[in-house]
Amino acid sequence: MIDILLHPLTYAFMQRGLLAGTMVGILCAVMGTYVVLRGMAFLGDALAHAIMPGVAIAYLFGGNLLIGALVAAALVALGIGYFSRQGAIKEDTAIGILFAAALSLGVAMISSIRSYAVDLSHILFGNVLGVSTTDLWLTFGLGFIVLLTVFLLYRPFMVISFDPVLAATLRMPAELLRNIMLLLLALTVVISLQTVGVGLAAAMLVTPAATAYLITRRLAPMMLISAIIGALSSLVGLYISYYLDIVSGSAIVLTATAVFMVVFLIKKGKR
Amino acid sequence: MTHIPHRLEVENINVAYGEKLVLKDLSFQAPHGARIAVVGPNGAGKSTLFKALVGLLPLQSGRVLIHGLPLGNHKDCVAYIPQREEVDWRFPVTVRDVVMMGRFNTRGWFAQPNRDDREAVDRSLAEMSIANLAKTSISDLSGGQQQRVFLARALAQEPHILLMDEPFTGVDVTTQEATIDLLNRLRQRQVTAIISTHDLNLAATRFDMVLLINKRLVAFGSAADVLKQENLVRAFGSSLLVMENGAMLVDECCPPEEEHHETEADGLYD
Repeated sequence: MIDILLHPLTYAFMQRGLLAGTMVGILCAVMGTYVVLRGMAFLGDALAHAIMPGVAIAYLFGGNLLIGALVAAALVALGIGYFSRQGAIKEDTAIGILFAAALSLGVAMISSIRSYAVDLSHILFGNVLGVSTTDLWLTFGLGFIVLLTVFLLYRPFMVISFDPVLAATLRMPAELLRNIMLLLLALTVVISLQTVGVGLAAAMLVTPAATAYLITRRLAPMMLISAIIGALSSLVGLYISYYLDIVSGSAIVLTATAVFMVVFLIKKGKR
Repeated sequence: MTHIPHRLEVENINVAYGEKLVLKDLSFQAPHGARIAVVGPNGAGKSTLFKALVGLLPLQSGRVLIHGLPLGNHKDCVAYIPQREEVDWRFPVTVRDVVMMGRFNTRGWFAQPNRDDREAVDRSLAEMSIANLAKTSISDLSGGQQQRVFLARALAQEPHILLMDEPFTGVDVTTQEATIDLLNRLRQRQVTAIISTHDLNLAATRFDMVLLINKRLVAFGSAADVLKQENLVRAFGSSLLVMENGAMLVDECCPPEEEHHETEADGLYD
């Protein structure tokens, strides 16, 4: 049993993969709390897909994928904020347009590469084996920034999410806080690129947080439980991915889904 | 004699909701510690007035002065209790968490609540008789309890001006009485309370002043001066029925989606 757990650790790439996966699991789960409570699941999914052009450009020019994704995500997040603030079109419509356009652009760019089927699959569904030492540092650096911001802005984020009217009467800069939240979400999605890929990032944002919501009705415990579920799903999923030789993203998301189903059924049984 | 600024002065404000001008050239002055009922038909702009007073809707023109200074100079002195439907009651917070939000501005964003904050929250919970619910999730509350949570939060804000949008609608009699008791206690603390209501009886008997509006000011003053037949006819138009024995009846048929539909009375002034 111990051997099953330890054996993959003899490979440096698996060590890096597990570390990155845990960080991604925690990050997605914590930001996912706001995604679930504020009904931003569609936005999270859109952001994930919208970073494709950035990744593609970085790929084509041999740059770092995370940095390419980061630039694209920041642009798209601010773009969505800009379009929806104008009120010319509804927010979800603006998201739909931007996200489909960016995804198409990304796929178009990647399709110009000869080995594109493999590369596309890695970008869409994650390639945890490809986590370099640089990626690991970036993941932990950015992850730390996101978690620290969420911690420091815990109360303002809670107020703008629960009661925007109170936020306004308290003269909080709701627009600024909303943009900060969008940027944190974008960062989270970028970081999760490596392990679960852009296609499945939304699931890691939503599933652990939704599971935690079934268990507790307080915000801080919800974040904590969500983080634990996210981290465990990543770890278990990566082991499954290693032994069954399946794509890491699918294994992680399916693990998280299994946890959700179990908790849901237990809760339903109690009623 | 030096001029003592009123708690709240509204000077010729025009407020639009979307494209449509809802409040037209409205002016009134609320003195220290007054309990003011805002009365008018659906679509008269009561909610719009409140949103403008807290700065949620911009003024097209005119100005709002609090203690003689424009809006925005007083971070903590206006508390607004919205209609209960405006909040997501499934949000994972406890009653105490919500009341603590009222103390938010006292320490800045990053600080943890200190003893003053905790005491203010405890006092507010006790005053609204919901101390026993402190650890309850807000998703488990009844309508009346939800209202008390909002009231407790407003108390924790220690405001100079309290605005309440339709607090008597859809709550039980006990909560209605608790709300009115609170208004009376707030008066002793010199808190100005401005409350919108459809209940003309409450407006006539439990408040110091009545502000009757229908997009514009119809009348402002004591209940006896304001709630007269001529004023009510001007405000409510055809939905007012005057009986032979002098009794007056207001029929409010329509849903209180007041920003979204025009009332018949609209045509009276244009």
